[in-house]
Amino acid sequence: MADPMKIRATMQGDVADVKVLMSHIMETGQRKDPKTGQLIPAHFIQEVNASVNGKVVLDSQWSQAISKNPFLGFKVKGAKAGDKVVVNWTDNKGDKNTAEAVIG
Amino acid sequence: MNQFRRTFLKGAGAAGSVAVAVAAGLLKPTEVLAAEWNKAGFGATKLDEALKSVGGAGAAESKDIVIKAPDIAENGAVVPVEITSNIAGTASIALFIETNLNPLCSTYDFSNGALGYISTRVKMAKTSKVRAIVKAGGKTYTAAKEVKVTIGGCGG
Repeated sequence: MADPMKIRATMQGDVADVKVLMSHIMETGQRKDPKTGQLIPAHFIQEVNASVNGKVVLDSQWSQAISKNPFLGFKVKGAKAGDKVVVNWTDNKGDKNTAEAVIG
Repeated sequence: MNQFRRTFLKGAGAAGSVAVAVAAGLLKPTEVLAAEWNKAGFGATKLDEALKSVGGAGAAESKDIVIKAPDIAENGAVVPVEITSNIAGTASIALFIETNLNPLCSTYDFSNGALGYISTRVKMAKTSKVRAIVKAGGKTYTAAKEVKVTIGGCGG
């Protein structure tokens, strides 16, 4: 199971500012193992979804070009303090992770 | 809107770039069918193909898209990129690193009040234009910013 995500959501005016830090190796599949000379298989997050109070706000697809331990920031208008933000990801090996936070 | 795009991409991809990729042995046909993930686009090695895969070919240049990224990145493994689209009704943003092996970096579809804004960190193999393709009101817009990547990380 993957390490937990860090997620923070704050209101800035009438816009919720959500910041997410995920823990993932984001291996490109283009690097060689220095010991064996073999390519290290790709392992990266492919899909990231976010919802506020159960309504999808962001539907995102990623490649291996996103940096290791990815950071994602997005903004949602119309959200209120106390609303629940849920972020989840799925990687190319089928691993999943979910985190949630209350907008403060 | 979102569903239409998906269906459209699947249809267009099946006829075009997916077939090429399958023929080249890059993809297994079963994987293409199993995943909703835009395998053809992310697997494309040519910028043209990658742009087409998100319907971004022939997009109009727009000054309403603001790309915030460093002019010079000392570490190509972690380059912070922020994209803000001030175009009303922005439905999606696609991010490209033009000279990467696979130029399509990531795509973002917005709904239910999400603003046309994303902040992320990307890997860049070498100096490249960072390009955004924005879809709003059925039209596509684009903007780009060059980021120089310092090889060897000596800085300066």
